[in-house]
Amino acid sequence: MEVSRAAVVLSLAALAGLAAYPLVASDFGIDLATKILIYAILALSLELLVGQTGLVCFGQAAFFGIAAYATVRFSPEYDAAAIWWLLPAAVATSAAFALVVGALSLRTRGVYFIMVTLAFSQMAYYVIHDTPIGGGTDGIYLNVPPSVAIGPVSLVDLSDPSQFYYVALAAMTGCFVLLAVVLRSRFGRALAGIRVNEQRMRAAGFPTYPYQLAAFVISGAIAGIAGFLFATKDGFVNPELLSWHLSGAALVMIILGGLGHLRGAVIGAFALSLLEELFQSREFVGGFADHWHLGLGASIIACVALLPRGLIGLPRLLRARLVGARHAGAP
Amino acid sequence: MDLATFLVQCLNSVQFGLLLFLVASGLTLIFGIMGVINLAHGSFYMIGAYMAYGLAPVVAESVGGGFFATLAFGIVLSVVAGYLLEWAFFSYLYEREHLQQVLMTYGLILVFDELRSIIVGDDVHGVPPPDWLAGSIPLGDLMSYPVYRLFISGVCILLAIGMYFVFTRTRLGMMIRAGSTNREMVQSLGIDIKILYRLVFAAGVALAALAGMIAAPVSSVYPGMGEQVLIICFVVVVIGGIGSVRGALLAALLIGAVDTFGKVLLPSAAGVLVYVLMAAILLWKPAGLFRAG
Repeated sequence: MEVSRAAVVLSLAALAGLAAYPLVASDFGIDLATKILIYAILALSLELLVGQTGLVCFGQAAFFGIAAYATVRFSPEYDAAAIWWLLPAAVATSAAFALVVGALSLRTRGVYFIMVTLAFSQMAYYVIHDTPIGGGTDGIYLNVPPSVAIGPVSLVDLSDPSQFYYVALAAMTGCFVLLAVVLRSRFGRALAGIRVNEQRMRAAGFPTYPYQLAAFVISGAIAGIAGFLFATKDGFVNPELLSWHLSGAALVMIILGGLGHLRGAVIGAFALSLLEELFQSREFVGGFADHWHLGLGASIIACVALLPRGLIGLPRLLRARLVGARHAGAP
Repeated sequence: MDLATFLVQCLNSVQFGLLLFLVASGLTLIFGIMGVINLAHGSFYMIGAYMAYGLAPVVAESVGGGFFATLAFGIVLSVVAGYLLEWAFFSYLYEREHLQQVLMTYGLILVFDELRSIIVGDDVHGVPPPDWLAGSIPLGDLMSYPVYRLFISGVCILLAIGMYFVFTRTRLGMMIRAGSTNREMVQSLGIDIKILYRLVFAAGVALAALAGMIAAPVSSVYPGMGEQVLIICFVVVVIGGIGSVRGALLAALLIGAVDTFGKVLLPSAAGVLVYVLMAAILLWKPAGLFRAG
């Protein structure tokens, strides 16, 4: 995975822009951006599986939702839990679920894999939805957000939206860097090899199953971080966090952004959420906002038809158009 | 559960299963032959149901026909629509990654749903069955069974037989089976794979729309009906083995039975049973019950 210097510079510029954003943004803007950052973490976790390992998982929302529910369930009712144990506990729960799902699902391949992961996430959905663990359709509340403190000194106040925004930004950046490092390691190269040709990797002496399972568990854990943040942000969880609609939306994000690049996942998360927001806002589209799905659907269709490599391929496409370079379109 | 109730539930499960088969067969065809994971398939089912509701007055006025004229009209419309959709949205996607097609069909779901909302609104509608099918057959002293449900099962069985005939006995069926095994080889034998794909897609759309149309009097017509049927049809397709119509039939009957009896015997766990069944079957047979062929 070679990254051009321009991409690095642009990524750092985007990060700087995001860091400066709360200085100019409204409350609504900060809330929206925080939500998008959390979705970006979810999209990154899925990108590790789909874009890097070639395993199309259609149950990513289950890891997200389970960690969110664990966050609420593990917290004391009227007291703040310390983030130092609550976050690891929530992430461990979703990672453990990912271990079980992965260990079983990896027996299957291709579309069957997609459907088995969907089946397990639907099972989780119904367990949360129909048993006392989940508190039913209405969901459950987290009364006190976790504390981030060393001894008596509080470091961050998670109930303050702009402080929470920076926590989310740090978490997203952290996950991005972690994944970038993982993908450059020997382990990451093996995953790329499995994506391109699993048989060959096995013939070369790599036991592919443990590699894929490890990727699955890492992905579940990172989705768990997103779930933890989501539950803490709103102080509220409901079964829809585990629904296949969210799994589907995460897939749409990474495909829209451009598969095979970590940046694509982040770009896709921003693009999809902002498009949704754009078509829902009455200031921009007027009465059409009632039918915002139409605009969103049409833009997704246009993206697929016009951008074979996702949004991340847009600059190259433009360059090819402007310069007319003969080879610019080649992969 | 006494005998009459059991019998009624059996009939219900067979009827539901056959209806699922009708939707799932189109899905498995498109899936197995073209390699397209068509998330918009449920939308075609929804559109079919809305056609049964919306076309009936139009057809009655213009040709004076009843239920069957509406069905025929709807089928023609959906074949044409399927043909055009394949040309407009799918014909250039086959060389790309599968996931691009998934994204495309996801966009189509949103567009179809919203167009439906703009054109007919978001209300729930009932569609009356034709008069001569509106009665019921008495079963025992207290129970009776609506004739229209038997009619649904009958139509589905006829179509299943028809599809079996087309697949195993005709040249077109041979080409389709060959196409699902090796696309390039079929092309190199001089068969226009593009037209074949377009026809298969149109047929798949028509099957889903037909299922929606004949299901409308039983299930009523409501906005979320497409999504509901989509996931369960994917379950059917995958359990049966992708591309296998025979597998889809057996899987649909199995799912129909599990879902119907699940709702009666274990109401609290009815939703999850289907998925437990799918996970169990795929862990036992990782490529479905029947391989395509």
